[in-house]
Amino acid sequence: MSASEPLLRVEDLRVEFHTGDGVVHAVDGITYEVHAGQTLGIVGESGSGKSVASMTTLGLTRNQGASISGRILFEGRDLVACSDEELRSVRGKDIAMVFQDPLSSLHPFFKVGAQLIEAVRTHQDVSKAKARERAVELLNLVGIPDASRRVDEFPHEFSGGMRQRAMIAMALANEPKLLIADEPTTALDVTVQAQVLALLERLQRELGMAIVIITHDLGVVAELADDVAVMYAGRIVETTSAEVLFSKPEHPYTWGLLKSLPTLEGSRREALVPIQGAPPSLINRPSGCHFHPRCPYSQPEHERIDPKLEPIAGEPNHHVACLLDSETRKRLWAQLSAGDTPEQAQAALGEAGGRP
Amino acid sequence: MARYIIRRLLWGVALLIIVSAVTFVMFRVFPTADPAKLRAGRLQDPKVIAAIRNDLGLNKPILTQFWIYMKGIFLHFDLGYSYYSTAPVKTLIFDRVWATVSLVLGGAVVWLVSGLAVGIVSARKPRSFLDRFSMGGALVLVSAPEYWLGLLVLYAFAADIGQVKIFPGAGSYVGLTSDPVKWFTSLILPWLVVAASNAAVYARLMRGSLIETMSEDYIRTARAKGLTERRVVLRHGVRGAINPILTILGLDIGVLLGSAILVETVFDIPGIGRLNYDAITHSDFPIVQGTVLIAALFIVVANIVVDIAYAYLDPRVRYS
Repeated sequence: MSASEPLLRVEDLRVEFHTGDGVVHAVDGITYEVHAGQTLGIVGESGSGKSVASMTTLGLTRNQGASISGRILFEGRDLVACSDEELRSVRGKDIAMVFQDPLSSLHPFFKVGAQLIEAVRTHQDVSKAKARERAVELLNLVGIPDASRRVDEFPHEFSGGMRQRAMIAMALANEPKLLIADEPTTALDVTVQAQVLALLERLQRELGMAIVIITHDLGVVAELADDVAVMYAGRIVETTSAEVLFSKPEHPYTWGLLKSLPTLEGSRREALVPIQGAPPSLINRPSGCHFHPRCPYSQPEHERIDPKLEPIAGEPNHHVACLLDSETRKRLWAQLSAGDTPEQAQAALGEAGGRP
Repeated sequence: MARYIIRRLLWGVALLIIVSAVTFVMFRVFPTADPAKLRAGRLQDPKVIAAIRNDLGLNKPILTQFWIYMKGIFLHFDLGYSYYSTAPVKTLIFDRVWATVSLVLGGAVVWLVSGLAVGIVSARKPRSFLDRFSMGGALVLVSAPEYWLGLLVLYAFAADIGQVKIFPGAGSYVGLTSDPVKWFTSLILPWLVVAASNAAVYARLMRGSLIETMSEDYIRTARAKGLTERRVVLRHGVRGAINPILTILGLDIGVLLGSAILVETVFDIPGIGRLNYDAITHSDFPIVQGTVLIAALFIVVANIVVDIAYAYLDPRVRYS
């Protein structure tokens, strides 16, 4: 594998669920890359397909009757084409996953140690005693105090933050090259969230693994991610580096996410601006640009034209799927970041002779 | 935990006292044949009957009889003597309890193993042919009365009257200690009959519980660890699904130990149920009282065992 080749490359991945109500287009042709040692943040609202996409990477949607197409290349090997048995040897070994709610994600009737030992022994031919030593070592690694005693406790005897640490320890059992963390901090207290993020950052530095972090929280992205993909209705609508996402976002949905975040710098009187409306149904998606019913800047033709994810001129690695032209978008963002509401921004643009 | 167990045991004793009282009252209030007359046999001489009545203490005021009886049970563990055979009730029950225990525990093994196996297979492939077939079969077995099913299998497989003479029929029971092989073969048909309806119930319970468990987050975690699907289902899934089933198992065994009357009668197994049945037909009050009490004791003990076991089955449960 050459240095430029990504560790994980997802190509035109589509995941559909056939239900009694119709076909759910959970993931609709997404493409992204993760390089070794890097962190990709996938951001979106609930129901944007971000969790399904990453669970599909591990084949966890297979037994839910999903139809899957596209390619998931991990170290050049297509995981979509792998047999269940081949995929199983990758799960928990090369790619590990941490889930949102650590209490429900740990088995309530098995001791934390037993669950760690099982993770170790699934992929390594070691004795129980050796695996137990490793379990204690892992708990130490994730910062659980008194690990040699704690290893014999049940998940309900751990605090929320410790449970998530234990989940992370379990994911690290076989030193994966890629860790997928699906909303790892959502179920935790704010102070604990910061600890868990710091832990992930430290582990990445020490172990050199790549991380895909799935979140609805741009704060998490700012903290951890090198690159970001913003998902809406099963698609990626904008992808760029984390730095650019916060300084020069181009998609109206990304603006909405950013403007609905409280900031320390902003005036306290400055109201947060929520994104109007609700995420669309993935069975009957809006025509044209899927975001148009909620987009303050949409034009009549946006109901018909389906935007493609395209590179932005002059900005390598920045892609956006938006029908507004780049000039308009840049001006709108300038107004928004100056504190305008979407309506004010649009009005200002009209006065300046902009198209919308 | 110790305090909890002591409290439960005290409640259990209280319950047994109430059960004894209720049985006593029922036996005296509802019309039965006069035990003294039955005992006298064909010599219905009033003098003899009066003497018997005196011997059995039946001529004392009813409250005195009750007091003597309760005192005997709860202070001396004395269940009295059979009106009919004058044998001590305690001995009669003790002699017969092993047949019942053999029947019920063996049956429980059969229904648990088969019920769980069918339930697991059905849960893994809901709405498949196998699922529908076994759940349909379960419905039939649940609906079939035991005495009918018992006669049916005797007619089909018993060595004496069966169409296919492969298993020992009714009345072939021998104790485990006297001949283990005969003990086993004589119980095969009764076990199947006891197990049938319960296996069906357990299969349905296991199916439902496992389907629910398999959608838990921790099952997803187990899969994400790279475990084989077999291990995911049999270790993580079954362990998560089995608690309610083991709870019911404890109670079912407790109930059945005291109430296997129909199966024991059909197969002529000399157990407590059979003893009870015979005692009722003879108006043999001390035995009825003794068997009812022992049945209640089984249920009380089963309840306590289940509650204590639950603390081990579900580590989140702590009694205080």
